[in-house]
Order: sequence, then C-alpha cells, then structure tokens
Amino acid sequence: MAAPAPSPASPLHGPALHESAERHVTGEALYVDDLPAPPRMLHAQVVTSPVAHGRIRRLDLERARQAPGVLAVFSAADIPGENNVGPVVHDEPVLAVDGLHFHGQSVALVVGDSPASCRRGAGLVDLEVEPLPALLSMDAAIEAGSFLGAPHEISRGEVDGALAFAPLRFSGEVRSGAQDHFYLETQVSLAVPEEGAALKVYCSTQHPTEVQHLVAAALGWGSHQVTVEVPRMGGGFGGKETQAAPFAVLAGLAAVKLGRPVKLWLNRDQDMAQTGKRHPFLARFDAGFDHEGHLLALDARLYSDGGWATDLSRAIMDRALFHLDNAYYVPACRFVGQVCRTNLPSNTAFRGFGGPQGMLVMEEVLNRAAERLGLDPAEVRARNFYADAPRHETPYGQVVTDNRLPRLRTELLAESRYAERRAAIDAWNRASTHLKRGIGFQPVKFGISFTTSFLNQAAALVLMYADGSVQLSHGGTEMGQGLHTKMRVLCEHELGVTADRVRVMNTATDKVPNTSATAASSGADLNGQAVVEACTTLRERLRPVAVQLLELPADAAAEVTFRANAAHARGRSVPFTQLARAAYLRQVPLSAPGFYRTPGIHYDPKAGRGKPFHYFAYGAAVVEVELSGLTGEHRVTAVDILHDAGRSLVPNLDRGQVEGAFIQGLGWLTAEEVLFGADGRLLTHSPDTYKIPSLGDAPEHFQVRLLENAAQEGVVHGSKAVGEPPFMLALGVVTALRHAVAAFGQPGREVQLGIPCTPESVLRAVVAARVR
Amino acid sequence: MNALRFFLNDKWLELSGIAPTTTLLRYLRDNQRMTGTKEGCAEGDCGACTVVVVEEDGQGRPAYRAVNSCLLLLPMLQGKRVYTVEGLRTGDVLHPSQAALMEASGSQCGYCTPGVVMALFEACYREDLREPWQLDAALCGNLCRCTGYRPIREAGQKVAGSCPQDRFAAGLAAAAPGPMGLAYSAGPQRFVTPNSLSELWDVLEANPAARLVVGGTDLSLDITKRYAEPTLLVSLEGLKALRGIRDLEDGTTWIGAGTFLTDVESWSCGRNAPLERMLRYFGARQIKNRATVGGNLCTASPIGDLAPVFLALGARFVLASRAGERRVPAEEFFLAYRKTALGPREVLAAVELPRLPAGARVASYKVSKRRELDISTVSAAFYVELNDAGRVTAARLAYGGMAATPARARSAEAAILGLPWNLEAVAAAADELGHDFTPLSDHRGSAVYRLLVARNLLRGFHDETQVTAAPRLPHPHTATAQVGGAQES
Repeated sequence: MAAPAPSPASPLHGPALHESAERHVTGEALYVDDLPAPPRMLHAQVVTSPVAHGRIRRLDLERARQAPGVLAVFSAADIPGENNVGPVVHDEPVLAVDGLHFHGQSVALVVGDSPASCRRGAGLVDLEVEPLPALLSMDAAIEAGSFLGAPHEISRGEVDGALAFAPLRFSGEVRSGAQDHFYLETQVSLAVPEEGAALKVYCSTQHPTEVQHLVAAALGWGSHQVTVEVPRMGGGFGGKETQAAPFAVLAGLAAVKLGRPVKLWLNRDQDMAQTGKRHPFLARFDAGFDHEGHLLALDARLYSDGGWATDLSRAIMDRALFHLDNAYYVPACRFVGQVCRTNLPSNTAFRGFGGPQGMLVMEEVLNRAAERLGLDPAEVRARNFYADAPRHETPYGQVVTDNRLPRLRTELLAESRYAERRAAIDAWNRASTHLKRGIGFQPVKFGISFTTSFLNQAAALVLMYADGSVQLSHGGTEMGQGLHTKMRVLCEHELGVTADRVRVMNTATDKVPNTSATAASSGADLNGQAVVEACTTLRERLRPVAVQLLELPADAAAEVTFRANAAHARGRSVPFTQLARAAYLRQVPLSAPGFYRTPGIHYDPKAGRGKPFHYFAYGAAVVEVELSGLTGEHRVTAVDILHDAGRSLVPNLDRGQVEGAFIQGLGWLTAEEVLFGADGRLLTHSPDTYKIPSLGDAPEHFQVRLLENAAQEGVVHGSKAVGEPPFMLALGVVTALRHAVAAFGQPGREVQLGIPCTPESVLRAVVAARVR
Repeated sequence: MNALRFFLNDKWLELSGIAPTTTLLRYLRDNQRMTGTKEGCAEGDCGACTVVVVEEDGQGRPAYRAVNSCLLLLPMLQGKRVYTVEGLRTGDVLHPSQAALMEASGSQCGYCTPGVVMALFEACYREDLREPWQLDAALCGNLCRCTGYRPIREAGQKVAGSCPQDRFAAGLAAAAPGPMGLAYSAGPQRFVTPNSLSELWDVLEANPAARLVVGGTDLSLDITKRYAEPTLLVSLEGLKALRGIRDLEDGTTWIGAGTFLTDVESWSCGRNAPLERMLRYFGARQIKNRATVGGNLCTASPIGDLAPVFLALGARFVLASRAGERRVPAEEFFLAYRKTALGPREVLAAVELPRLPAGARVASYKVSKRRELDISTVSAAFYVELNDAGRVTAARLAYGGMAATPARARSAEAAILGLPWNLEAVAAAADELGHDFTPLSDHRGSAVYRLLVARNLLRGFHDETQVTAAPRLPHPHTATAQVGGAQES
C-alpha cells in the first residue's frame, strides 16, 4: 500500500495556476448569477424591517400582490416547515413572525417577473410597526444584561495573587470594530424545482450541506429532496458559512410554492445591510508584568457583539479565548468571554473567527507594557514566547509542540534587518517634524481544527472513466482560495494523471453528503486527506490489473508506479486509456469514496481544558509605516513576512493566501469602519462609504516567504492550513503605528490609539501624545 | 432614426425600444447574456464592471479608456466602440493583459478579475505611463478582496505601456468615434445629444427642466441606486465647443467644461501643480475617464474636489446661454448646498484660470479615509501672494467638506493680509477657521477632526512652499501635505 515514490512528474509542492485562472481572465468562469436563466425563471426581493427593534402591528401583502409583474408575496405564515435557520441555536427566523430585531431583518419576500417588478411590489407591502427601544451597542447590552448564552471561562493559576504582587500592573480596555466581508460577489441563490417533490439550489455558499438541510427543513421535506450545488464563490471569507442559508431558503420556498425557478440575488446595499459582519469585541483587562517585560498574569473579560441572533457567535468567542494567549505563555490567567445580544445584524464567521479579536487584546497588552517599560516590543514578545516545560502549556491545557516561532523570529528579524531599521527610524524621527515612522514585529500562533470537534471530518469521491480520465468531487467549496487546485494536484500526484485528465466538479450535496463548512482554514487538510484516501483505494484496485497488462508476475504489483497517465513497472508501461478500460472489462469498480476524520482532538468547555487543535500554524511579520502628524494619514511602506505553511502543497497559492489575508487584516485595523445610525440603520452600506484596501494600500515592498524544511507531521503531505493565520500578521501594523505615534511625545508613555486606526484615530493619538 | 448604434467587441449593434436609462452593464448581462462583466456595487466604486470604450483623448486621437459600465447609459455609447472581457482573446491566444494577470496568480475568486483585465487592457495601450504612481492610479479603481494586490500590480508592471502591436493597436487608428448626435426615445423616456450649441439651446428652450449630463458618473447613481426614471436627459457630450484646454493670449488658461478629467489631469502634469495634485486622488481612472470639469462643479457638492482648486486659483466660470456668455468669479458660482448661479437654459461652458503672478504660492490637499477612490473628509487649496518683503498681499484659502458649499475662509484670509508669511501668520489664519466654518460630524469624520485638519493643512502649506512655490506630490507619499522627513533630514 506504499504511496507512489516522489517523481519529478508530480506537481505536488510546485507552482500551479489556479484551476479556473484562464476562465477568470476571459470572463468564462460562471458564478451563480451568471448561470443561464432556466425557462420561466422569476426574481425575488426581500422586504425588511424599518426599525431596529419592534413588533409587527400589521402586515398587509394584498396591494403588493396586485402590483404588475408580481406573482406572489410570502410571509412567515407561508413557510410550511421550520421557519428557522439558526445553525446552532434555533433563534433565527427566516421571516419575522411578530418581533423585529434589527433594521434590515427579513419580513416578507416579493416574487416577480423582473427585479424591477419585485422592487415596485416591495414598495407596496404594507408594514405597520410598533417601535421598541433598541440595544445598539455592546455597552448598552452589558448594562441591560442582554446576552446570548452563558460566559465561557478558561483559567489557570492564582491570578489575583499574581496581579497583586506584579512589579508593573495596569488595566485597560481594548475595542475592535466590525468588518464587512465585502466579498465581490454578493449573496445569491437560484432554486430550480425538479421532477416530483424535489429542488435543486445553486448557491454561493461555503456550507452546501447546511443549506440543503435548512431548505429541506423549511419545506418540511427530507434532505434527500434537496440538492445544493456550488459552482464557485466570488469570495466568502466566512460570510457565506451560515449567512447564505436564509436567502437560499427564501428562494427555495418561492420556487416550490410557485413551481418555477426563482433567483434571489442581493445587490451590494441589501447585502451589506442584511448580513452579519466580523464581531466587534470589547475587552477589559488587568495585567501584571515584571520589569523585564515578562507577563506574569492576565485577567481579561471579553465581550463580543453577537447581533440579534446566536449564529456562530459562541464558537467565535471560544476561538477568541483560545487565541488570547497568541504565542505567549501566561503563567496565571483568567479569560472570560460572553456574547452580547444587540439589535444589529447577526454577526458571523469572518476569517480568523474570533482569533484576531482575541489576539489583538494580548498584543495591545504587550505593546502598552513595552511602552511603559521603555522596551522594544519585539523583545517583549520574544521573552514571552512559549518554550520548554514548564512554559509550554496553553491556558486550556494543550501542550505547544513543535513551536516554530523562535526559528521564524530569528530568520525574519535577520533578513528584514529589524534592529538596524528600528534604530534608523528613531534617528529619522528625531529629525522630522510632521512625519514619523514606526516598525512592528508580529508573531502569530493559530490553532488548526474546528473547535467543535466532530466537524473535523471530510469526504471525497473519485470517479475514473473507462478512458482513464477522472472526475474529482470533494466536500470543500471553492471561494478563490485555490482548494480545487490543491485537490486536483493531490489527485494528479496520487493517481499519476495529468491536470488535463482531471476535472474538479462543482461541490454538490449529491456527490458528497454531510460535509462540514469550508471554514476554519481546514479545507485542504480535511478534504485533502479524503482525496488521498479515495485515490489510494482506486490505485490499489488498478495495481493487479496493471500487472496483468504489463505481463508481469503478481508479486510485481507493489512495484507499480503511476505517473504521466500510465502505470509503470520493471521498465514496462501501460497507458491509463488501456488500463482503465481493462479494469472496466474485468469488472473492477472505478469509483471510490474517501473519508477522513482528525484524530485525537477534544475539548471540555465546562472545565475549559482539552486539546482542541490538531496542530498550530505559525507566522511572523515585520511591518514599517509612516504617518503624518498633520492629518493622521498613514501608509504601510514595507512588509516582510515569513510564514509557516508546512510543506506547502502549492506554494504560489499559499503565498496568495498570505498576501491577501494580510491586506484584509490591514483593512480591518486601519480603514474599514462599520457605522450605524442612531436608529440602527447601517450607514456604511456600499463601497462609497465603506473602504476596503485598494491597490495603493498594498506596500511597495511586500516580501512573503514560506518557511522552508517545515513539513508538518500528521497533515496531508506535510502541509499546513493557511487560510486564516496570516490575517493576524497585520496586527503588526498597529504596533508600528504606535511606535510612530509615540515619536510625537515623551518616551515611557502609553500610546492612546483607537482601532480602526483611521487617519482621524491616528491624529487623535498624535494629539494625545503631544499633550502628555 | 430612433436607434442606438455602437460597436460591441467589433460587432455593429442597432438598438431600439430599450430604455435610454439602461446601463451598459445591465444590457451586457441581461440582454446579451455576456456575464463576464460583473456587478459589484452599481456605483463606480469597485471596478468589477470595467469595460473599455474608444474615446478621443485630449489631443483628439482615439484612445482606449477604461470605464465603469454600471454608470454608462446606452445612449452615451452612440457611435463608439466598446470592448468587454469576452472580446479580448484572439482565437486561443489570450490578450497580454489576460496572460499577465493569469501568470502572476492575479486571480483568486476571480470575480473582480474581468474588471482588472479591462483596466490593464487600457494601460497596455497607454503611451504616457512613465512614473510608478501612474500604474497605481490606473488600477486603483478595481477593488480586489482576495489577492492583496501584489500580483495585480506585478501584472501591471509587466504589460502597462507595452503597446503591443496587435489587432487592437491597428484597430485604434481607424476607430475614431463618430458624431454622437442623437435624439432617442423609448416609452416615456428620451435621451438627446445635441451636436451643436444651437441645437442645445433649442432643446433647452422646449424643455427648461431637462437634466444635463455628460459622463454620468454622478447622475447615473440616481438611476442605479435610487431607481429614478428621468423622462428627458440631455447630454452635452456631443458638443466639441465645450471640450479641450487652450492657452489664451492674455495668459489665461481656458478649460472646457466638457473636458474629461483624465485629459485635464494629463494636461496639468507639470503645468498646474494644484490641479494635478487634486486630480491624482480624484476618483479612479474609470471615473476620471468619464467625469468632466463641468459635472464636478455643477453638482455643487460641498465635497466636489475641483471647486477648492478653482476658488484658490481665482478662476472665472464661463456661463453660456442662447443670449451669449457671462463670466462669474468662482466664489460667486456656489450659492448654497447643491445650488449654483446657473440660470434656466444656461450651461457652464468653461473655466478660465488667470496666469499666476510671480510670488504666488499655491497647493492643494485632499484628506480622506482611504487615499484612493474616496470622498474627501476635508479638501483644500491655498493661494498666497507675497511681495518682495515677504508679506502677504493676497490670499485665497479655499476648503471643501467644511461648509454647505465649497468656500473660502474669509476671516482667515483677512487675518494674514499684510503679515509676513511665517508660522505666526499660519497660526493667525488657523485661529480664524473656527469663525469661518462650523463643519459637520458624519461617517467620514468628526467636526473636531475636520477643523483640526483644516488648521494643520495651513501649516503643511506653509512648510511645503518654503522650498517650492507650487509643489507637486512625490511618489510614494504618505500624506496629502508631504512635508518633513526626508526633506528635513
């Protein structure tokens, strides 16, 4: 059963074009909204709540139903099955029943022959509302005691005692803001009735299985009656993990009720107003250090803004708590987290899944300590790294093995000339009145696995046809991260087929059932193992056939290698075109499923102890910025990253993940501001007012290197997950900005810099630094 | 004849019966089933819908211009050539812009990619690309949420300005747009493009309430976002008399109100630093390729970025009607929030800039949350004239984003007249700004921030103009007032 010997023909660990790259650049790649409209297709539009909190007094759909071009208007009463899409806690009605819980909540669905008909019809829906007082901030929710679920606590040691005796003790607050996913492709579903009581839903979702289950449940059907297919997504970033489902359910409901295909596509403003974002966090902490900058104790209470419904908020808070420590050993700690319930859109998964928000707290604590102690923040970080026992165990009891941060730090600080540049910057700053520069070092440790342990499973299905060509299905979805490319490369490697003979199929629930979301950076790890297993099964079935065709004795089977669309042994070869046909004629099955589950992970939330992660991914960045003390404008001038992607399956794709994640993190920390009006209405509902990074925000010096000789044990071909971890490398921007702001004031003072570090926030910090 | 006529990927189209407010994006996707061009925002802020149109450049030569198809109404294409992502491949051979992006791993989810390809396509055939900032400026109108832009910039470096000698280069020579004149109607809606001023006066005579449009970068939002269904739009795009930039005999510069900002920008490079500076971050290339001087001024938005520049430069606005022309000083043009001095049946024909006297110091500034493609939080343009003794003899300190209209800071100006131009004078002017303006707090910035920035920009202006009378923007730069640092050390 040995895997094929590494061969120069294998594309594994080498560069590969994204499998859709040519179709991307020619415009041929089809997204859900691009699919040819099925005959008699209808459009739909959601009617939403005009208040952040209230009760429906009257909902009269008659006038809207009479509008020209409108075929139907549906409300909660029209849902035959379960009117709920709450993925964990069932607290999220698809259409409001009587209570209205945020400005933009779905109340009714207008279905018509064109988007314009739907729009006009929506304007005629008669909705009378009794407004109620709304909770529009975490502070308000905390005061009102409005929470989603109980607090989660992870503790170790004698925190209060350690704080009392700490040579440096300070407390503070850290706030981080929401972030819209701003996937370029907005939410969209196309539901097509099929023969009998059955439905096909084309959906832009990271979680086709959940969409399938929820559509079926809303219709009162069995899951077998619904098939969900994902061609590809125009970006997901977590925003299509749970929040594609309500729109898919609505499209499905309308399609079944009317017996016609129905497309529900949200325009940008609708999408931004209705869907949840990255959770804002509020942390209050009390920290103790010694004079050398060793963290002795940290007491931190975290709140997140869950919005109006639970969604994944509790798991996101869990991950924030799991990443409060980031890369550092905290001898005594008490980490408590609780999710606030407010009258805002239900916040949801977003790359990092609470990790960035938790980690930010620790990085702020370390920066403030370094500023107070007059130490280089990079040095303070290194002094607190996890190390050998007894400084080797996380607050939740998982041992940090194979810690790559000391190595990453040494290599990166040397190649980026950190110390030299920091000294040069300090000198430059002394000579500059209005402009100041800063530099920051950011290490990242990120736990890989769904923290809900059972989700760590995946399956694949490999079909070989009698001509030796292959169709590959797996449970993961393609949202741009290159998962399909990685899976194809694994298939090429395992079966010895070439890229042109493997087709990665659209993700579909009738190919691979009961999948987990493509999330938690786990897509390649989990599905990759399943693909390898499926290919292995198929390959082993082909060996005896190959030996027969090669006219070799049966004991030569173990020597057969597969590459370049042929089987080879003892100097003889047979092409797959013949081999597959021969297997078919010999009645050998040419389809094979594969399955994988991550071994050995578990977590007990009551005790706050366990081994929730299969392993940790690591990375480090050095970031340089320049800012203006006149306007607060700033620019990231240079970024050097060394990232641990294990033995990368496809290095150019992983590099793309690192670069893209960094810039997305930069946006979260410096520019992207989600703002609501006093009535709870989203003010920043389009790119006119919501500013994600543009090309000029990418640093001209943007060096990304993947750590070499870094194979990871127990993961597919030595690789490591890479989707989320590099997002947090952008935290180095804040450290660099603080360094630059501090140059306007006296040393030894804590910088007062709020996040996101917009020009206004930076100028405020400069003013504060000058005054004090 | 009541028909729209244009080339789509070299295919001649004649359309009738389709609403004149139909955007090119919707037409491509809904009518042609060409789905390569994507809708990301329907407001010209993301670039996913970018296509390329052949326009006449400032020298009257045909040039490829990347534009947002979400803001282009079909009648605006009359007589023109349009290329979409579907039209670039020649047989099996990808266009260099496609190949470069693909090979650089410049697509991840691929949704922004067709737009990026089209922006790169325009850049391929540009002969004026010399400095690195120009490449960023050519691509900043295309938002990408996946790649972090490094590979997109790399693809741009490879192909921008490469001027491949291919069918598109050959086609360009013969592709001068035809006359745009048009009187098109469908249902209750009409779109009229007069070919001459006298035709325009006739149309306005009959329809005094008609809405005027050129590029549509502002007006189209009424249609795509607010679903307006105007019954009559009158386009000034066919009026050659309103286009171009000329130096008059007395040293005045005449800028036609219908001139596209891309052409103003390339004219201004090296000729008019404050205008050049402001246009660097005035929208994206796609916007500047359609937006005009007149459009930006006539919306009279408090954050229209050209207004402060023209206020500071002492511009005269030329207002034309059938009765003839009249000239109005820039500061008398903006009457109130979104209200101008234009009378009924009158259009803005041109802006005239007087020659700057020796001893004038001038610069412009734009502060926004994001440097590129963002609306100003505060914009400003300053002009001070010094005598031989270094005292201020004239001052025009103009701001956007500080009041209901773009406006001069009269008290601040008065405070520095006669003073030596030094930091004390800067402080005297800055202290008056609180009397001149009571800015608003909104999602772009607080009143406190706006006032502080307004004050600090005066300091930046003072410091910057110690070295050069009319400073340009260095590249790369961090701040709109790029002073300190390297210059000092």
